[in-house]
Amino acid sequence: MNRRAFLSLSELEEEQPVMPAAPSSILRSTTGTAPYTGTFGQKEVKHLLRKVMFGASTADINYFKGKTMVQAVDELMLPTGVTPSPPVNNYSNAQNPDPNVALGQTWVNAPYDQLLIGERVQSLKSWWMSLMLNQGRSIEEKMVLFWHNHFSTELKEYQDARGGYKMLVTLRQHALGNFKDLVKAITLDPAMLRYLNGYLNTKNAPDENYGRELQELFTLGKGPNSGYTEDDVKAAARVLTGYRIDQTTLTSYFDSSKHDLGSKQFSAFFNNTVIAGQIGAAGATELDAMLDMIFATNEVSMYICRRLYRFFVYYDIDSTVEANVIIPMAALFKSNGYEIKPVLELLFKSEHFFDIANRGAFIKPPVDFEVGFARETKLVFPDNTDVATQYHMWKQLTDYGFLLQQWILDPPNVSGWPAFYQEPMFHEIWINSVTYPFRNLLCDALLFQGVTKSGQTVKVNPLEFVQQYSNPRDVDVLIDDMIAHLHPMDADAGLKAVLRTTMLSGQTSGYYWTVAYDDYVADPVNSTYKNIVEYNIQIAVRYLVRMPEYQLS
Amino acid sequence: MKRRKFLKTAAPLAAIPTILNGIPVSAFGASAALESMTGGRDAGDHVLVIVQMNGGNDGLNMVIPLDQYSPLSAARSNVMIQDTKVLKLNGTTATGLHPAMTGMQQLYNDNKLRIVQSVGYPDPNYSHFRSTDIWLTASDSDQLLTTGWAGRNLNNEYPNYPNGYPNTAMPDPLAIQVGALLSPGFQGPQMNMAFAITNTKDFYDLQNGYEAPAPTSLYGKELQYIRTVSAQSTDYSAVIKAAAQKTVVHGTYPANNPLADALKVVSSLIAGGLKTRIYMVDIGGFDTHSLQVDSSDTTQGDHADLLKQLSDAIKAFVDDCNGLGFGDRVLGMTFSEFGRRIQSNASLGTDHGSAAPMFLFGNKVLPGILGTNPVIPTGASVDDNLPMQYDFRSVYASILQDWFCVQQPDLDTVMLQNFQSLPLVDNADCAATALHEINKAAGLNLITNYPNPFTTSTTIQFTTGGEHTLVQVFNGEGKCIKTLVDDNLTAGTHKVSFENEEYATGVYYARFQNGPVQQMRTMIIAR
Repeated sequence: MNRRAFLSLSELEEEQPVMPAAPSSILRSTTGTAPYTGTFGQKEVKHLLRKVMFGASTADINYFKGKTMVQAVDELMLPTGVTPSPPVNNYSNAQNPDPNVALGQTWVNAPYDQLLIGERVQSLKSWWMSLMLNQGRSIEEKMVLFWHNHFSTELKEYQDARGGYKMLVTLRQHALGNFKDLVKAITLDPAMLRYLNGYLNTKNAPDENYGRELQELFTLGKGPNSGYTEDDVKAAARVLTGYRIDQTTLTSYFDSSKHDLGSKQFSAFFNNTVIAGQIGAAGATELDAMLDMIFATNEVSMYICRRLYRFFVYYDIDSTVEANVIIPMAALFKSNGYEIKPVLELLFKSEHFFDIANRGAFIKPPVDFEVGFARETKLVFPDNTDVATQYHMWKQLTDYGFLLQQWILDPPNVSGWPAFYQEPMFHEIWINSVTYPFRNLLCDALLFQGVTKSGQTVKVNPLEFVQQYSNPRDVDVLIDDMIAHLHPMDADAGLKAVLRTTMLSGQTSGYYWTVAYDDYVADPVNSTYKNIVEYNIQIAVRYLVRMPEYQLS
Repeated sequence: MKRRKFLKTAAPLAAIPTILNGIPVSAFGASAALESMTGGRDAGDHVLVIVQMNGGNDGLNMVIPLDQYSPLSAARSNVMIQDTKVLKLNGTTATGLHPAMTGMQQLYNDNKLRIVQSVGYPDPNYSHFRSTDIWLTASDSDQLLTTGWAGRNLNNEYPNYPNGYPNTAMPDPLAIQVGALLSPGFQGPQMNMAFAITNTKDFYDLQNGYEAPAPTSLYGKELQYIRTVSAQSTDYSAVIKAAAQKTVVHGTYPANNPLADALKVVSSLIAGGLKTRIYMVDIGGFDTHSLQVDSSDTTQGDHADLLKQLSDAIKAFVDDCNGLGFGDRVLGMTFSEFGRRIQSNASLGTDHGSAAPMFLFGNKVLPGILGTNPVIPTGASVDDNLPMQYDFRSVYASILQDWFCVQQPDLDTVMLQNFQSLPLVDNADCAATALHEINKAAGLNLITNYPNPFTTSTTIQFTTGGEHTLVQVFNGEGKCIKTLVDDNLTAGTHKVSFENEEYATGVYYARFQNGPVQQMRTMIIAR
């Protein structure tokens, strides 16, 4: 946009009439888990996809829009059934060789290499980012991130990418499976044993770290009816004595000689359960007894359902939501033996989920923002003919995640990211004077300069971007489509007018755009045509994604 | 900033809205109180720098009770610091510092360090998560509060924020967090009162473009939140950039020390004349369940590295403030969510514990050690923890009272209870108090009540722009207890009365909402 067009744009902005606020107080939903029976049109498809996947790609919207709500949710709740091929060596070169793993081959089964800690950690992070970017039509990838936040571990603390990889495999394997099985798997997970000192927890020197977080963060929470005690923390630590890690194979095992053989007395919250000390290998069965005891309470299902609600719907659980949504979800979760899929289906098929009062109020977490942006703008990443470049591109997004305060595999602490638990701001924590500008910068970088390495560039292709819409020749239809795609709610006339002025460089007739667009499509190598059209698309997209509306889903 | 300069920039007092408790604010312009502010010092330029040590700091290896050496080393032999290596403090042989804290030792011996022994709270909670919230909100152990203690103080001082901010009386952020996340400690009844920065140079223009009307829905609420962040970022980044551009020659700060970098940012902003009162910085990694010390040398290891960073950074900061001439204006305070267990574990570490010492630093601290060394039981077991000597909220309350000159009943409004007053800091500057009145009137005042405090009934007056208007009353724990107005009103000033229906005495907030605008008024119910 030239300087003059910019001026006219800002003048127009100032002239927009300010309309009075809608005459009602904050609308809170009173709906519950009854099945949604309303329209399942394009808006509802987008709402569903933005929540269960990372952003709503046009291909996915088109795929689901002919289906019924039940068909769409049923399909999205299925695991992909795909085991992703593992991360590879993207890092070795003459200066920095990997003696055990060739370039392009996976390092996940290779011996630990102290000189390559950072390289492999970055490879793992980049690889996980690629799985999100290339996710299948399933909630699975979002659930992996949900569980990663739930069972938070910091790779910078345990410093072994193999452990991070194994944990991600475990989270994926159980992502839509059984929660109790998942808790047991995580309890024995080498990275978790390392992170919370479980591998150092022995009968002579009990370490309470995991025993505490197992109850406080992983299963029971600190809700109003969660009544486990400090003595329960100590008793749990004693049950958990004896688990060790084989550092060579990075597998965990039970060493009965380190296990506390005494009986473990739990509090009245657990009906004064006593877990008797078991001799020899049977000591490992005490964990099962303890999980049975924990999962017999009502608090596990309540706590996990509140966490799911905060991750997928909204952070503020008022008494109506607690009664109409959380309690029914929790009842189903518990009665189904802690199967994860049915409770997600209940939520995503509910009238509460589709209630207009619950749409558009969720501040996108950074990873959701980044991956959603990439998928919604049809960003294309390099293939694996040059893995160094391929991984480098994915790394850009993990690095931006660091700036935006969601660095995958390195949450700030064992509680996960504060936006998912910290009263009273919750999701609002994601947006402040530091992080909001970085969100803008990320979009600018991918819209304008792009990221270039070894002759390859990742950058939004403006023509392909607009060609995902119904009629890119018609500026008014195009603007409607872009706003409907990128923003969570209907746009008003004022915003459309601002964008129209932007895309027409200050002209008034939409014909101007159609001519410019047709000229470019007919002669795509003509740089004059190209510059006009591409630049006007770029600034329109920039305008839309910088807006507060694009931070919401 | 010098007092005189403040008055000059604040000169157009007419710009400050109209009425304060029935007295035209402009009357303050001629008051003796205001004139007295032009002579001598007062507390109007006092700054508090809060250093949060995340993870739960092992206080027993930081401020070492040498007179308890034998039972302590019996309980934690594998992490115990050899007594001959403990740093000595002037005037005492009973207490010393971790060998890595030479900077703190020097501050102590220069009368610039106050050590408060065994600070905690009754019924300690051993969860990081919960205990951090307790420290930041200044709640009781079993009480959930949604506001932070510093946020409540700033809300009390600047009750109209963010409506009409920035303004001439307060052109700068009320508080600054050096870091990319805002602390819940700054959470006010309506919004977080602080501004986050990571440095003082890189600010990017936010769009602040077209704004469709925000509907009164959750979507509208979050939209409005993001818009407010955007507008504030633009305003405040300009003043921060300007402040940081002022050329000053800083003292030497240690390299490779992120806490020192953050404190240097604080120093540059104070030097640049920001009127910001509270800064917060943090240092993480104190959750030393394992490898707290090196197996071959307990004076080395993760904890030693952290304490060295802390000590070096604070020493450099205090020296820098003095070099730049504002050492008398700056008070610092360290805290961590809990201390660690008396008994160590087998992983060369320590598990979550309870009370621990706090540091206050700066020229104006009352020097020395407050309290006695903790008494370590012989044969301490895994169940033994340190009882508190001082409630952390007494430390906060004393700082508010003697450093920010917060008087009753405001002090109880902020702290929600009456806490013990501790001798921590020289309060000689707390003479003139008219500044509080100016701050309270700054910005757009949309809701007031009278009388306040009240016992049976109070009248709430509010100014709406018309259309839908909501007036609710929240209790101190953030729960809505009464909706007084939920209606379409004509533009102008309206009144509604609020009756005390046997509510408990304490702090309440009247919340006004009109379209995207909202404001909180603090009300007190007293007997």
